[in-house]
Amino acid sequence: MLELIQQPWPWYVAGIFIGLTVPTLLIVGNKSFGISSNLRHICAACFPGNVSFFKYDWKKEIWNWFFAAGIVMGGFLAMNFLANPDAIEVANATKSNLRQAGVTDFTNLLPADVFSWDALLSLRGFFFMIVGGFLVGFGTRYAGGCTSGHAIMGLSSLQWPSLVATICFMIGGFISAWFVVPFLLSL
Amino acid sequence: MKNAENNDMRHTDAVCVNESQIAHPWWYNLKYLVIGIVFGITFVKAEIVSWFRIQEMFQLTSFHMYGVIGTAVVVGAISIQIIKRFNIKTVYGEEIVISEKKFNKGQIYGGLMFGIGWAITGACPGPLFAHIGAGFTVIAVTFISAVAGTWVYGYLRDKLPH
Repeated sequence: MLELIQQPWPWYVAGIFIGLTVPTLLIVGNKSFGISSNLRHICAACFPGNVSFFKYDWKKEIWNWFFAAGIVMGGFLAMNFLANPDAIEVANATKSNLRQAGVTDFTNLLPADVFSWDALLSLRGFFFMIVGGFLVGFGTRYAGGCTSGHAIMGLSSLQWPSLVATICFMIGGFISAWFVVPFLLSL
Repeated sequence: MKNAENNDMRHTDAVCVNESQIAHPWWYNLKYLVIGIVFGITFVKAEIVSWFRIQEMFQLTSFHMYGVIGTAVVVGAISIQIIKRFNIKTVYGEEIVISEKKFNKGQIYGGLMFGIGWAITGACPGPLFAHIGAGFTVIAVTFISAVAGTWVYGYLRDKLPH
């Protein structure tokens, strides 16, 4: 059993688990599935400034932090107790594309030559870790949600604005993966 | 099931909203911790939080992420239809509410920005949490930067096209 869990899980198992999060959150407490709002609650709780966007009752939303804290703990448990002993799966075509672009490490979830404390102070690291994170935080809030809120919760509840957002996530992602990421890797 | 239309600040630019009217002691939130743990384990075990999976998705070299997201949407949509059809209530007997999203141009501009950031970091906000838990401590910097991005958006919100 443990061996089965240690294998990388197939897409349909992950899809079913993630999909079931939607009704589970609704039924146990009337909560709509979403993660990026956590970032907004942090702003609202810690440094709302004089910004009306952060002036709401964030204490009502602490359930979202518990959910996020669970994701951190789940990441820890999976990595330390259920880890797959082999290198992660990467499609060969992508491997050769990235190798050409200058990535050398294909063993772990993040390439160590791009994402590490040592790389943080390089120009390349600055773009991948800091500018990338800024775009994620700014973009998700501007769009009103992330992959979980729009692509999963929004599409599941058949809301067309979420379809627009999801299509734009994908267009941005394609542009980025084909043009921006190779350029940033060359820095 | 109710479709809520709300115009308060919390509902602005948000999908994920707490619609419950009931106030509980804090430890009732521990159930969300448990759901989060299962979710986080799934993220790592299905390698959804792998930067390479995101590159594969956008380079169209693997079906994996399309399979994950597609299955999740189908399962979620069927679940919501069942909740509607049978008028299923929460465990506390409350009517289930899903707030209705209004279209604004932010979904386009913000969506494109997030998409670009998604392929760069290989992570949407959920995987950032999983990365930190999985021991990639430097992603805490990315996370802080994402919080800063959210704050700057809030600060500039009135000046941006919506």
